[in-house]
Amino acid sequence: MAETFVLIAGRTSWQGTSLNESKFSEEYLEETHTLWMNSADLAELGLKPGNRVRIGSQWGSAEVVVQADKRGELPRGVVFIAYGDASSRLMGGDTHGTGMPDSKGIDVTIEPLPAG
Amino acid sequence: MNATLTDTRIVENATCTFCGCVCDDMILKVQGGRIVEARNACVLGKAWFLNHHVEDRPVALIEGKPASLEEAVNRAAEILVAARYPVVYGLSDTTCEAQRIAVAIADWIGGCVDTTTSVCHGPSGMAFQGVGEVTCSLGEVKNRADLVVFWGCNPAESHPRHMTRYSTMPRGLFVPNGRKGRTVVLVDVRRTKTAPAADIFLQIKPRRDFEALWALRALIKGCSPGPTIEEETGISLAQLQDLAQRMKSCKFGVLFFGMGLSMTRGKHLNVEAALALARDLNQYTKFYIKPMRGHGNVTGADNVVSWQTGYPFGVNLARGYPRFNPGEYTTADLLARGEADAALIIASDPLANFSEPARKHLRRIPYIALDPKETPTTRHATVAFTTAVYGINVAGTVYRMDDVPIRLRPAIPSPYPSDEEVLRRLERRIRQLLGMGTQNT
Repeated sequence: MAETFVLIAGRTSWQGTSLNESKFSEEYLEETHTLWMNSADLAELGLKPGNRVRIGSQWGSAEVVVQADKRGELPRGVVFIAYGDASSRLMGGDTHGTGMPDSKGIDVTIEPLPAG
Repeated sequence: MNATLTDTRIVENATCTFCGCVCDDMILKVQGGRIVEARNACVLGKAWFLNHHVEDRPVALIEGKPASLEEAVNRAAEILVAARYPVVYGLSDTTCEAQRIAVAIADWIGGCVDTTTSVCHGPSGMAFQGVGEVTCSLGEVKNRADLVVFWGCNPAESHPRHMTRYSTMPRGLFVPNGRKGRTVVLVDVRRTKTAPAADIFLQIKPRRDFEALWALRALIKGCSPGPTIEEETGISLAQLQDLAQRMKSCKFGVLFFGMGLSMTRGKHLNVEAALALARDLNQYTKFYIKPMRGHGNVTGADNVVSWQTGYPFGVNLARGYPRFNPGEYTTADLLARGEADAALIIASDPLANFSEPARKHLRRIPYIALDPKETPTTRHATVAFTTAVYGINVAGTVYRMDDVPIRLRPAIPSPYPSDEEVLRRLERRIRQLLGMGTQNT
């Protein structure tokens, strides 16, 4: 069953350094398709670091790999992904008159995917 | 420049244009036509300089096939002149000189001109117009600030030298003890890599920035925000009272805010709350507020579009005079609503970072892309130009995030033309097609 979380998309050092090589590089694609979760949330969903999940918002979905957060960075119920193709798929087209769709603090569901 | 492959040269005081810090104290070692050492650069700057290499791409592609510069300019001009509602977009990773010509092109073709500001601190731009910005330079922060608040930003990862060069670590004229003479506060949803560098970390609930900022405004005016504030924001009343007291009693305070405010629900209202807080504090002390700007010359884009049209982004020039309306003339909206029928995209990658409805429409319309590297946007472009890299190959002017203009010192030549040169040729060809003459503007 899919569980609901709040997604924050943002920059990371590794995303910034790998895009200098290429946005088609393995490093960049891996960094922008990794979802970070509080380790207690990860355990509650029966997930292990490296498992694949489908993350979905009311506007779209993407398949990503989950990892446990470092140094207790994320509170429970909050997940993080580096800006990139996957985070863009979760944004809607409506900007509420500002020019920018919501990209941080959006409600998402996380559904474990079968291995392989 | 006559560098040969065996030359070793040192370029002093070069400028890194990767992020909005625009650090201009780089010492670059150039060997064999490559930058092999970048002293003073942060992790992002090192990747920026050391990964630079000459791309193995044609100077231009038309529908994916190699073309000459002239052929590509002709085709690009034809697309833009034939369009009924074109948009000129991007501009944050190029020089002010190129930005200026891009605005002229938008004017000639009667289109919209918009920059990547609209999808980062665009809402902040709207808030500046509503409230105003109590502003200062990073030099003033370095020399005077004894309270530094970071709100919804993570400089340790996105602006790695901000703290060491400008805001928290350096010894300043009136902060002779450097870091020991400053109190650093971080307010964020995540306990990011910036948290260990702060004296106080306040972990706020997602989407509750406005409530916390408004509570601080109340406390500063001597009012209580009510007993439910901790439940609403995740920050206790005692913590907010402590921060409010520190803000009122500091000698020189500054609040740096990031996209944690401008991209979360509430957007410009969140930023308005922060701007109003800084304004209120000036009844008690000196207090300033600055956005943490991302790309190397996004601040330059705001400045150039403002002095050319009167507005910073999201400008429509179709009637022969500028009109500003975020949500209507901003690129994310023009594309997502399926309105734009052609685009000129300069130094940005909307196919990587726009919403899916916007990306879908961009793939359907003819568009021109200028970029030093191959990106998702250049891959789908009707006409793609490979251009030289600003700051590494090309001289020009960029604006640091505090609106201070800085001149670039390029290190190595490029076989590709600059954005400015391509845009200048394109503008000239557009004027020819429109029967407007071809004198330089």
